[in-house]
Amino acid sequence: MADVIKCATRDAYGAALKELGSRDDILVLDADLAKATKTITFKKEFPDKFIDCGIAESNMMGIAAGLATTGYTVFASSFAMFAAGRAFEQVRNSIAYPKLNVKIGATHAGISVGEDGASHQCCEDIALMRSIPNMVIINPADDVEAKQAVFAAAEHDGPVYMRFGRLAVPRVNAEDYKFELGKGVMLKDGKDVTIVATGLMVNEALIAAESLKAEGIDARVINIHTIKPLDRDIIIKAAKETGAIVTAEEHSVIGGLGGAVAEVLCEECPVPVVRLGVEDTFGKSGPALELLKIYGLDAENIAIKAKKAYELKK
Amino acid sequence: MEENKKLELKKIAVNVRKGVIEGTFNAKSGHPGGSLSIADVITYLYFAKMNVDPANPDDENRDRFVLSKGHTAPALYAALAHKGFFPVELIKTLRKPDSILQGHPSMRYTPGVDMSTGSLGQGISVACGMALAGKLKGKDYKVYTILGDGEIEEGQVWEAAMFAGNRQLDNLVAVVDYNNLQIDGSLDEVNSPYPIKEKFEAFNWNVIEINGHCFCEIEDAFTKADECKGKPICIISKSVKGKGVSFMENKCDWHGSAPNAEQYEIAMAELDKAMADLEV
Repeated sequence: MADVIKCATRDAYGAALKELGSRDDILVLDADLAKATKTITFKKEFPDKFIDCGIAESNMMGIAAGLATTGYTVFASSFAMFAAGRAFEQVRNSIAYPKLNVKIGATHAGISVGEDGASHQCCEDIALMRSIPNMVIINPADDVEAKQAVFAAAEHDGPVYMRFGRLAVPRVNAEDYKFELGKGVMLKDGKDVTIVATGLMVNEALIAAESLKAEGIDARVINIHTIKPLDRDIIIKAAKETGAIVTAEEHSVIGGLGGAVAEVLCEECPVPVVRLGVEDTFGKSGPALELLKIYGLDAENIAIKAKKAYELKK
Repeated sequence: MEENKKLELKKIAVNVRKGVIEGTFNAKSGHPGGSLSIADVITYLYFAKMNVDPANPDDENRDRFVLSKGHTAPALYAALAHKGFFPVELIKTLRKPDSILQGHPSMRYTPGVDMSTGSLGQGISVACGMALAGKLKGKDYKVYTILGDGEIEEGQVWEAAMFAGNRQLDNLVAVVDYNNLQIDGSLDEVNSPYPIKEKFEAFNWNVIEINGHCFCEIEDAFTKADECKGKPICIISKSVKGKGVSFMENKCDWHGSAPNAEQYEIAMAELDKAMADLEV
């Protein structure tokens, strides 16, 4: 494993913005977190197209909306907690309702924020954003996917919520990987159970599938990078073909990927669905990797849940 | 201001007020009080000030208008209809299913509406973004927004005020419709935002105080706003909630209730009389 490339998706966000910067219509906004969200990478190259709105996320979303009404494609950046949490209603009413071209770059999502603790560990953002009409949600698995997701967001007509992490995570996609908005990716075929994962849990899902193989369970692994609109077809097909589903996400078990998958399957193809995520609780301070273990967000726990789903279908 | 122009604006303002009553009566809901209090300012903006063209509502060089106090949409709709953005007859469809006139302004449904608003405090931020875009693009359009005086109790207004002051957005004019009434009572009874003038000045705005029902003062204020450089402009427009309909004036109960049939007749008769007086 020593040669696995590790990179935080927030770094890919900054790098992608820099590549987009030569486009006349691109503007990047931040709320005094440029060094952390990595919009600073863009700012250094395009200082005139970078607008620091200060510590006022609600206003930043309104500024972004106003700029977008005049034809700009605006990337508005903050931590997930403040972008989706504090500014929820501005995102809903000033951006999504008028369907404006604002792309929300939400970094430091999930429990892997680490030492900053619960006040900054946003595990509710997918649930919040998913409930808003017109909103597209992308939660990339690694830096390769994150970078392409940013380009796809820039091309999409309407608001997009992009979820990035603070922690450097292993790369799971090849450099020539082609991102397609709204399309799930089957990373490994299997017939006994399907692990539907998103974000940093995709790599864990692949490891879990390996360990399940040793126990004689043939697990399929699907990466859902676009949580909304959800690729219903790939999920229904997996349910029909494998008969059991486990969802894995660094987000609350309420209202995130697990919720979305369960909603589709109970209407279209009811099979056992076991959701793995942050249980209905606040996080705590600690090193990110330790926290992921403590909260059960690892390959070992995915394998346990996969076996549970597999048993349930019998 | 020339007498003819003033007379013309006064007549249009009566029609805007009639539109407010017509719309809210037919909808059996809506917000007549604050719509009537901004009728004169909005009439001035659309009929004497703003560079807007109903034939080309998306012109990138047009002046922009954001109704931050979005609940007073009936006044905006009446002004847009009389300006020619859509037929005046549609005012009667306000708030009904399939109408282009939603309860609060929506830029996706209504020609001439530059921004969807309704949740207080958000419009001024969007207006700041539009003004900033004008600066970035080197355009000379202006952005106008109207806030309620109660609305400025929202914290986001002051985030926006700080941003506009710091960015020296002198192409932004924010009107505070100062009628001193909000739903639960008078401003100072509920949660006083006073002093309004000093607050905006502290955020590096130029502040102009006027009688919001006097077209001469309204014109002077917007002319001064054009001349002001380096700072955004706040016009504190002293107004009467319910202005122009005797039984609605200065009553906070008319913030969000529609007239019944009897009240509708009285209100329309008063406004017809006001029009007849102007036509003498």
